[in-house]
Amino acid sequence: MFLQQLINGVTLGSTYALIALGYTMVYGIILLINFAHGEIYMVGSFIALILVVSYKVNIVAAFFAAMLGCMILGVLMERIAYRPLRHKNSNRLSALISAIGVSIFLSNLVLMLRGPQTTRFPDVIEYQFYSIGPAQISNLQILIIVISAALMLGLQYIVMRTKVGKAMRATSMDMQTAYLMGINVNRIVAITFAIGSSLGAAAGVLVGIYFNAVSPLMGTMAGMKAFTAAVLGGIGSIPGAMLGGVLLGVAEVLGVAYLSSSYRDAIAFGILIIILLIKPSGILGQRALKKV
Amino acid sequence: MINAYYLQVLTIMGINVIMALGLNLITGVTGQLSLGHAAFMSIGAYAAAILTLNYGAPFWLALLFGALVAAFFGVLLGFPTLRLSGDYLAIATMGFGEITRVILLNLDIAGRALGISGIPHSSNFSTVWILAVLSIVTMVFVGNSRLGRAFLAIREDEIAAEAMGVNSTYYKIQAFALGSFFAGLGGGLYAHYITYLNPSDFGFMKSIEILNMVVLGGMGSIPGTILGAGVLTAVPEVLRAVREYRMLFYGGLLVFMMIFKPNGLLGGVHFSTIRNWLIRIFKGSAGSPAGGSRGGTGAGEDAKTRVQEG
Repeated sequence: MFLQQLINGVTLGSTYALIALGYTMVYGIILLINFAHGEIYMVGSFIALILVVSYKVNIVAAFFAAMLGCMILGVLMERIAYRPLRHKNSNRLSALISAIGVSIFLSNLVLMLRGPQTTRFPDVIEYQFYSIGPAQISNLQILIIVISAALMLGLQYIVMRTKVGKAMRATSMDMQTAYLMGINVNRIVAITFAIGSSLGAAAGVLVGIYFNAVSPLMGTMAGMKAFTAAVLGGIGSIPGAMLGGVLLGVAEVLGVAYLSSSYRDAIAFGILIIILLIKPSGILGQRALKKV
Repeated sequence: MINAYYLQVLTIMGINVIMALGLNLITGVTGQLSLGHAAFMSIGAYAAAILTLNYGAPFWLALLFGALVAAFFGVLLGFPTLRLSGDYLAIATMGFGEITRVILLNLDIAGRALGISGIPHSSNFSTVWILAVLSIVTMVFVGNSRLGRAFLAIREDEIAAEAMGVNSTYYKIQAFALGSFFAGLGGGLYAHYITYLNPSDFGFMKSIEILNMVVLGGMGSIPGTILGAGVLTAVPEVLRAVREYRMLFYGGLLVFMMIFKPNGLLGGVHFSTIRNWLIRIFKGSAGSPAGGSRGGTGAGEDAKTRVQEG
């Protein structure tokens, strides 16, 4: 029983981790909570759904198409809603409100186009179950964990080993100085949004297949939980987001199993508030000193 | 003259003015983004409704009780979370909002998912607007007091305010308590006007709706907040077609306002500014161009005597 819950928790948690990466990357670079990130995840799920159902596209192709589509959406969003604010040097509250605006706009746009009902995601993978002791793990769960892990490793490679990654880290440390050193900061921010959004879309498709359901309102809650995961791990830290995601997924599944399912959504927020009170910098985050 | 429908819209408008003023104090004046204002509204609404329904309390007492309970929760949330900086605070208030909704959904005394119905219909146009005017006066008064100046100082630069001896956590909690009080008051009025409460009416989107009123009107401006609440209550009513796209419009509006007019329609405008405008217009149209000075000195003296009114 416990092992089974643990497996389910890790599966759910790895999708949270994928979404959390988008939050943490954007926050690390421009200190903005990108509220609309949850909506990117939802749009990614819909792109794959529509491609698979209406155009009979192979699921693998649909997966990459969703990632690409959301990459474009993410860059577009940054260009329209965030960059003008950055150039005006307006305060951070404005950027946050703008992000909330984008989030509401996107979720209601999809709501209008598709209606509020939950759509079933077609069975694209034949289920097989393998038993580990008393517990069972499905091939889909293995696939989700493996794909998530691969994407995270890929991201870690980009950030730590490539020139773009180096520029991203420099921008995150100090945008002004990075700019003076000849880094095209706007391009780096756009790339950050592109990568973060594509990871969010990947999570969207995986969750769509896993829970067999896609709805326009799925983004808000998942987004808030993934943000919690990012804070739990230490916002701005990429390994932190991965750790936070998995921990949150496990905590939520265990909470539902052993406490009560009606408080499912409150568990994540309860954890969030406790973390914020005890250690706002998260498990792996560094405390930032405020310069005056 | 005024039919029941208009009366209803105007009453809801008054309730929204009260709640938006509460949020304006927290977000506009003190600069702390709260995304859980609907939670305080729901706490006030449920507390007041339970008091009148289950304990037969008089309406006014229930209203006061609801507002005080909301303020209490504002302080309760404020103590631990207000040490957090901007973004974290926003997210914590949002979490608080969601938790409140989930708890109301599971609370027996709050009727669980069915909500509470059959609340006595005690609010009406005049009670709502009497309280709305009282709220406006209170807000103007607070704005001109030592408290209000401390709030503004925190918004402008928290570190500098601290350096000047403003205990920012203490004042932020005050702002939260006051803002939540008005949210709870609005909630109590709402409960006794609509006579039916359901947790789903107080979700994240409701908080955003109230935030939009403040943002559209001009954060920190009392006349602006009133205008924002008025416009965003009336527009969906007047333009029925807009109603379906309301949330889409709200989302776009937030982005648009932040990019092109982050100060809102009446940002930085206070009642005194408006009065000076009126005096200028009045003096200008009343003639006596020889007396000239376009309301300069006269208005200044007038302003001095009436400065308390804001």
